[in-house]
Amino acid sequence: MSTTANGDAILKVTGLSKSFDGVPAVEDVSFDVRRSETLGIVGESGSGKTTLVRCILRAIDHEEGIVEYNSRDGWVELQDMRPKELIPLRREMQMIFQDPFASLNPRMTVREILEEPLIIHQVGDRTQRLDAVVDMLNHVQLDRDALTRYPHAFSGGQRQRIGIARALILHPDLVVCDESVSALDVSVQAQIINLLEDLQQELGLTYLFVAHDLSVVQHICDRVLVMHQGRVVESGEVDEIFANPQENYTKLLLSAIPSPDPDIRLKPLDRRELGL
Amino acid sequence: MRSYLASRLLGMIPTLAIISVIVFTVIQLPEGDIVSSMLDRLQAQGVDVTQEYVENLRSQYNLDKPMVLQYFYWAGNFLTGDMGYSILFNRPVNELVWERLGYTLSITISALLFTWIVALPIGIYSAVRQYTIGDYLMTTLALVGLATPPFLLALIFMHIGFTWFGISTGGLFSPEFEDAPWSIAKFGDMLVHIWLPMVIVGASGAAFTMRILRANLLDELNKPYVVTARAKGVSPAKLVIKYPVRIAINPFISNIGLMLPALISGEALVGMVMGLPTIGPLLLQSLLNQDMFLAGSLLMWLAALVVIGILISDLMLAWVDPRIRFE
Amino acid sequence: MTDDAQSDDNVLEIRDLAVDFKTDTGLTHALVNVGFDVPRGKVTAIVGESGSGKSVTANCIMRLVQPPGRIVAGTINFMPTDMAPFEIVSLRKKDPRLQELRGGHISMVFQEPMTALSPVYTVGNQVAEAILCHRKVTRKEAMREAAEMLERVGIGEMERRIQMYPFEFSGGMRQRVVIAMALVCHPEILICDEPTTALDVTIQAEILTLIKDLQRDLKNSVLFITHDLGVVAQIADQVVVMYQGRVLEIGTVRQVLKEPVHPYTRGLLAAIPGLAPKGEPLATIASVVGDTDITTPYPMTTLGDGRQVSLPPDKVALAAAE
Repeated sequence: MSTTANGDAILKVTGLSKSFDGVPAVEDVSFDVRRSETLGIVGESGSGKTTLVRCILRAIDHEEGIVEYNSRDGWVELQDMRPKELIPLRREMQMIFQDPFASLNPRMTVREILEEPLIIHQVGDRTQRLDAVVDMLNHVQLDRDALTRYPHAFSGGQRQRIGIARALILHPDLVVCDESVSALDVSVQAQIINLLEDLQQELGLTYLFVAHDLSVVQHICDRVLVMHQGRVVESGEVDEIFANPQENYTKLLLSAIPSPDPDIRLKPLDRRELGL
Repeated sequence: MRSYLASRLLGMIPTLAIISVIVFTVIQLPEGDIVSSMLDRLQAQGVDVTQEYVENLRSQYNLDKPMVLQYFYWAGNFLTGDMGYSILFNRPVNELVWERLGYTLSITISALLFTWIVALPIGIYSAVRQYTIGDYLMTTLALVGLATPPFLLALIFMHIGFTWFGISTGGLFSPEFEDAPWSIAKFGDMLVHIWLPMVIVGASGAAFTMRILRANLLDELNKPYVVTARAKGVSPAKLVIKYPVRIAINPFISNIGLMLPALISGEALVGMVMGLPTIGPLLLQSLLNQDMFLAGSLLMWLAALVVIGILISDLMLAWVDPRIRFE
Repeated sequence: MTDDAQSDDNVLEIRDLAVDFKTDTGLTHALVNVGFDVPRGKVTAIVGESGSGKSVTANCIMRLVQPPGRIVAGTINFMPTDMAPFEIVSLRKKDPRLQELRGGHISMVFQEPMTALSPVYTVGNQVAEAILCHRKVTRKEAMREAAEMLERVGIGEMERRIQMYPFEFSGGMRQRVVIAMALVCHPEILICDEPTTALDVTIQAEILTLIKDLQRDLKNSVLFITHDLGVVAQIADQVVVMYQGRVLEIGTVRQVLKEPVHPYTRGLLAAIPGLAPKGEPLATIASVVGDTDITTPYPMTTLGDGRQVSLPPDKVALAAAE
């Protein structure tokens, strides 16, 4: 529908703003997401990164701005769609949350959890759905035994695998990862990051990766948006930005990362001196 | 804070107005009115009543006016401090209400205090010593307290008092003080009598409060701020009171206003069983006899008490919890 | 291998510490034979993943282990500068030294600054309380000292702030308040249990700098618990690596982070995303550890360079040769 939209873009956000009780949370944010890339959104708590992705997914309604999505049936504008019209699009856009345990219903078995989205979107019959569930469990490297067990029987890393499986079972195109690896231990975090990257390769996924951990973002993302006080202050290739930040806020963020090498001393920049 | 208080006070006006409409409607619902029920009584006694006398009575109490007008007469008089005349007792309603309301308030407030004085230490004990014999014992007692209706408790107490100790446990005063004017001796006599209705009315509330306090406290006991306080060397007893208990009682403070209706209706039943000179028995009589001015005034006052109770508990909550104050 | 001068100057010596948790399914061993020293006037970091027992160890030192957990064995010798040394595990509940220990000799900063303070008392009240618990001073004097310490941890506008409630502060500010509360009685040891994990990276940098600066000024000993090796590198002198309730490796920060001997430590380092080349899968602990046995509790062996590791004998010989 949009004539300006880039050919290989999957999402195009223009001038998005959202405020809560008159306090702006996101202000005039514009960016594109290219198909099959991982776009990181970084910033401190209160920078508006979570609000931004919720607006994009229409979990909350924003006030101003256009969100164009390149669906399987062509470009659509999400911001004015009615909830009913959004349902088919929900198949194409999924989310992986920070706390897998809180987002999994404790009274449902893994099979029920994974089958639920298929039932809601009326995909296949009973045997086909079971095949899809087993197939997805394979993808996230969980055993078939997992089917009949409940979320509490799994470790944190395994639960996040279940969360990922649930998000991917409908074969979405765009996956929003909201701090999806932040709550995990280092070793488990590495496994989940590897898994997310493998799945992206296999299934051609596009990730919108919200995180506060900059070293994770550096590893997994192709491009990155740096947010501060609701605005995007800097964006570009992740290596470029980490090597050569232009904006004071980005410099501040990067200077605060503690290096695991004791000979590289932490020298955080001063917020006030940077005028932030 | 001041604007909060002002807005809350202003907010009470429409609430009470709506309640007054409901109260008025409810007492008008049954067939007939105070005059017709009086007629029934007089005729039963064989007294002949002329139609003219009836018309006179009706117009005297504005009963011949349309319903809406009747409401405004009633509400208007109520606001100016005239609650009408009780045909049943042949006395102004004002006198009856003030006398009885005082007793009801004394019993209700002392029952509330009793609830707290009993529930607070036991609730804390039960939570801190969770799953000990003491905790199980208190839990059992609380369940019995919860499961026993106040009027039944009143009957049991009266029975025990009469058969075992030979004392009459009814009423708020000994016979010699019943009609005596107020004096220190009469007040003392009331204190001797009031503890029983207080315990009976407050028992189930105490059981309930104790159980909820225990649960709230168990949630708070291992919160990080408690561990922090313990780690900084606060002594164990002070630690429990100053930190988790202080937070765990907040819900109760906001519930005081909501506990009032339960206490008042519990008191009504107990009052009847024990023959107390409180609102409860009076309300029942006035409703049975369609003494609308009396019944309406009593209901109105009970509603007002509850509304004021809720206001007071909200203000207390704002006072003890800074988080509410700053909202 | 350790020379006497060094071993004399420990403020804490933990030996054979064991903690069990009673669960519905039986006993869980939260700590097994944990032993290490905390050198005086230095920063010792305990690093490990969840379930490694690092927080339980800290709670043992403060005697904060609550049922269903129980210290079943071991000793913690505490050697303060201004009083006779004593053993912590055997202290009776009513022993006045226990109350003195908590907040007086040893104090603690916790992970969650948002919930570590009671919302119903002012910041000044809660900091001053720490003083009033341990010294006989007037309330006014306690408040004055509280204000001084709050000033020192970087909270300005004291007059106004001291009367404010914790929920009026940001997360970073609250953690400063908790640190002030911990330091206000000038403890010998400050235990920090993941104090920066819940904070933004810029605030984390500020708090780390603050803890380090204060440690330099006050010359206290710090026991710093974290899962983040970046934080360890920046703050610690000495590192204790824990895994599933056991100590696997102890050494100086350079020994442990630059030349780790234990395969688990190597795995932890390799799994940090920032260090790995882009586009390649991250190393995981499993891939680094390989078939080395890290679950059997081998005794700690001291190597030639002074570090200690828990490894099977054949691997120790190998490591010693390296």
